Amino acid sequence: MADNGDDDSQYRIKEGDFIVLKRGDIFKAMQIQPRKKVIFEKQWFFLDNAVGHLYSTTFEIVSGGTLQPQKLKDTESSSDAKEAGTDNRNIVDDGKSQKLTRDDIETLKEQGLNGQEIIQQLIENSSTFRDKTEYAQDKYIKKKKKKYENTVTILRPSCRILAMMYHGREPGKICHLRYDTLAQMLTLANIHAGSKVLVFETCAGLVLGSIMERMGGYGSVIQMYPGSGPVRAGVESFGFPAHFQDMLHEFPICHVNALLAGTLDTTAKDPSADKKHSNMAEEEEQNQPEAEQQGSPEEQSLETNTSDDKGQDQEEKEKDKRKEAKAQERKVKLEEKRKKLAAAATLLEGRNADGLVIASRFHPCPVLMGLLKFLSPSRPFVVYSQYKEPLIECYTKLKEHGGTVNLRLTDTWLRHYQVLPNRTHPLLLISGGGGYLLSGTTVAMDRSKPAGSQRAEEPAPKRLKLTDTEG
Amino acid sequence: MSFVEYSDFVQDGDVAIIYLGHESTMPVKVQKGAQTQTRYGVIRHSTDLIGQRYGSKVTCSKGGWVHVLHPTPELWTVSLPHRTQILYTTDIATITMMLELKPGSIVCESGTGSGSLSHAILRTIAPTGHLHTVEFHQQRAEKVAEEFKEHRVDHLVTVRNQDVCKEGFGVTGVADAVFLDIPSPWEAVGHAKAAMKKHGGRVCSFSPCIEQVQRTCEALADKGFKEISTMEILLRVHDVRTVSLSLPDFGPDPSAQTQPDTREDAPPTSGPNHASLTLKTTTPPREIPGHTGYLTFATKPRT
Repeated sequence: MADNGDDDSQYRIKEGDFIVLKRGDIFKAMQIQPRKKVIFEKQWFFLDNAVGHLYSTTFEIVSGGTLQPQKLKDTESSSDAKEAGTDNRNIVDDGKSQKLTRDDIETLKEQGLNGQEIIQQLIENSSTFRDKTEYAQDKYIKKKKKKYENTVTILRPSCRILAMMYHGREPGKICHLRYDTLAQMLTLANIHAGSKVLVFETCAGLVLGSIMERMGGYGSVIQMYPGSGPVRAGVESFGFPAHFQDMLHEFPICHVNALLAGTLDTTAKDPSADKKHSNMAEEEEQNQPEAEQQGSPEEQSLETNTSDDKGQDQEEKEKDKRKEAKAQERKVKLEEKRKKLAAAATLLEGRNADGLVIASRFHPCPVLMGLLKFLSPSRPFVVYSQYKEPLIECYTKLKEHGGTVNLRLTDTWLRHYQVLPNRTHPLLLISGGGGYLLSGTTVAMDRSKPAGSQRAEEPAPKRLKLTDTEG
Repeated sequence: MSFVEYSDFVQDGDVAIIYLGHESTMPVKVQKGAQTQTRYGVIRHSTDLIGQRYGSKVTCSKGGWVHVLHPTPELWTVSLPHRTQILYTTDIATITMMLELKPGSIVCESGTGSGSLSHAILRTIAPTGHLHTVEFHQQRAEKVAEEFKEHRVDHLVTVRNQDVCKEGFGVTGVADAVFLDIPSPWEAVGHAKAAMKKHGGRVCSFSPCIEQVQRTCEALADKGFKEISTMEILLRVHDVRTVSLSLPDFGPDPSAQTQPDTREDAPPTSGPNHASLTLKTTTPPREIPGHTGYLTFATKPRT
């Protein structure tokens, strides 16, 4: 089972691949496209040269924006001159310790010196560097490296990297869902290959993609979406193989009531169309979108403007043809959409899903109460919310309603550490909050007893005791 | 039933989780003719469990009732018989994501301990991955192998009874990820590297003490590991409560005296009849685990 030395092809960067750029702790996801200028961390470059190299290679950005794989020589610069002070009693901040001026540094850059060489110049021209303690020297170099080193590492995307990237770059887009909270969700919902999972998210597709990664293309995921269509930008960034699409289904949340009531007619051509349309003859239904398009004001004005010209008549015909092709295309698309809706509805109708994950900007309570009905008994569910209060409401509702056990309202607290010889401590800055989770397990609803008689887990309010003693 | 695949009905030979109430669970091996004692009375497997749907309510002999749940690694973690300290779900979730585990991953683990993390790994890497787990304590190694069989995941795991610090993981060049939960992880970093794929992978070490972390980080850096990062993750549970806050009595309000008529009609507000405000809120538990261990992650670059 050992690695085959020649079998590198699957680890090499290819054109069209979805990748993640990394510099320090900064990530950026993108696709490798030929001759496309990329801007990352105030630097611009082209990714063409990266094609064919192995993933996780670090590249140096050289003039003209080309990438050159970095040679393996990293920590030598700091180890050559091992001269250091013991304390800072004689170091005075006179603003004159650096002999190089801003302009000098710019000239060095123009001469084409790389980051490492510029840092070496800065060290040599710093009158206080030798007096600094060893630790302060390290810190100085690290700081300068961050500023002058122009390298970028190309990584293969993963749930870990994308979750960290979104949290760092665009927390607003993912409802401030921190990566450790996402990790808890995937585990608490027991996401694994072969199950049938319901997802309702407005986290740019990050949660959906993470679930798909954990399922490895086995089983099915039904994305319940609000509005006109599901958002999946984040899913694309994962760069899944094509067959992962086969497990992905979608269902508009606006049809949940109809589905639960058994009144959803999946023969309707457009899921957003009115239900009365579904009763129309099929022929009529198919013609409708076409008619609509022809009747659009732009088309009409174009027609009246060009009707006289003979040369443009030809064009007109071509336009008609294109229009027809477009309409045909649209028909096919609608038919596909109808089939997809029907397929998702069939999956849901069994009411035997294996898990439910909710992470959205909507109030979680109605979403949870609605979607929980599609789960088999003894299956986990997890709801994310940026705020605690709506989850308290969910908890109370579930207790009243019954049909769940093992309810827990939690959040996680994350702390990173700097671990260095004699300088180990927690990082100074930590994330203030990564959101809250409500998790639990479904159970069969008790039909013999009314819902209100469920054993309450919440102890009676303390006040009762107080008034007793007071009296 | 299997820990990597759901089924709907309880069958003879299954391992089911009995949910007794608030954070109280017990695992049972379902066997025809067997009985299990609970604080709500006895459960007779043949009639009460076998053939029942997972998630259904089971009435015990004393009239009390419990729920029978399908096993998951998370339920197993809170109900398994402890033979060692175990890892809990909060750390396990972080480890799983940070090690980038997914279906098909090849993972090395040591020590196996009570198998809390092992079950979670197996769930995630099934159906095409494999776990190579090393436990130097013979009895524990045998016991956990037996459990894997009972839980129908033994085709996904190889248990080796050896010392990981001296003999390594028993495989070379195959692992996508390595997890270490041993007293001296720095002694196993070299073996971890050897077990991993040539093109690289992820490693994690769990240690309760900062001195262990320090030595592990040095060893990782020495062996050429990159992206070394140490973190700690704690769970906060919020108990949902209805609380009521009494409102103090400020005495008669003189400004209200402008309407003497209404004052006459108002019922007396003094005495034991305090006004209060009721609200739903959460309270933290009185005590919470304040530290489990530091998690150190690193990436092995291509060699």
